[in-house]
Amino acid sequence: MKVGVVVFPGSNCDHDAYSAFKLVKGATVSYLWHGSQDLEGAEIVVLPGGFSYGDYLRAGAIARFSPIMKKVVEFARSGGIVLGICNGFQILTESGLLPGALMRNGGLRFICKQVILRVENCGTLLTADIEPDRLLRMPVAHGEGGYFVDDATLINLEKRGQVLFRYADAEGVVTANANPNGSVNNIAGIMNIEGNVFGMMPHPERSCESILGSNDGLLLVKSLCSQVAGGIIAR
Amino acid sequence: MRFSVSVRVVLKDGVLDPQGETIGRALKDLGFDSVIGASTGRIFRLDIDAETEAQARKIAGEAASKLLANPVIERYEVEISK
Repeated sequence: MKVGVVVFPGSNCDHDAYSAFKLVKGATVSYLWHGSQDLEGAEIVVLPGGFSYGDYLRAGAIARFSPIMKKVVEFARSGGIVLGICNGFQILTESGLLPGALMRNGGLRFICKQVILRVENCGTLLTADIEPDRLLRMPVAHGEGGYFVDDATLINLEKRGQVLFRYADAEGVVTANANPNGSVNNIAGIMNIEGNVFGMMPHPERSCESILGSNDGLLLVKSLCSQVAGGIIAR
Repeated sequence: MRFSVSVRVVLKDGVLDPQGETIGRALKDLGFDSVIGASTGRIFRLDIDAETEAQARKIAGEAASKLLANPVIERYEVEISK
């Protein structure tokens, strides 16, 4: 099981992602430099959080044109597994691999706090190990995390089960108060129609050890790895 | 010929603009009662070497749709200022 963590200038969760996937037995993790055009045989590509290229223009807008992204797009289009976290999610929407856009938070503030996520679809590669009704606790840390998508696309996302996570209160109820950033329908994470590209604003890689306040993120990391290692993905 | 081209990028109608709303509220608080709405956007100035104005306009449009604007949430206008 080979995992590649892309490093852009300004990535700052690359080491967290590296450590998180290292916790999975049998996983080898390597860094992939943004200037390279070689995914080095990675079976899972992670686009980590941070501020790639200083978030200049729009978050993710410049990273999208870096040499490695050409390969990541090809990889994703041919069925390869890609997980974008926070800035990685922004890069995935900018590059067109996921629908919608991440906008300035509704309250205009940078938000750094723990959130509760309700898992909306437990039948995906990323969420397969999660029992239904299990809430996840992990941090968000972003200034541009308001998920926006046009109404027609939103209806399709919902209908096709592409919405993976929603911000919820401690009881798992999706409320306006639990929505930290003004995302439509409290959406915190989605996948593409094919089910191989995942994007989420919260940080599973920063919640993989209980000493850090939560290890719920490990459920996602392990789920993804076991689904890929189990040969469920035929490529 | 060198053309100075402005590309104005603004949010599409219907896209939430919390910055614009906050600015609008602030103006109201300052007594600008006649201001009933505010929105934000940005202007990029590109110096373009092209044969004709039409060509400069076309290049700016391509730059806008490829990089300067995110078509999911934004639209753009190109203006030649010579």
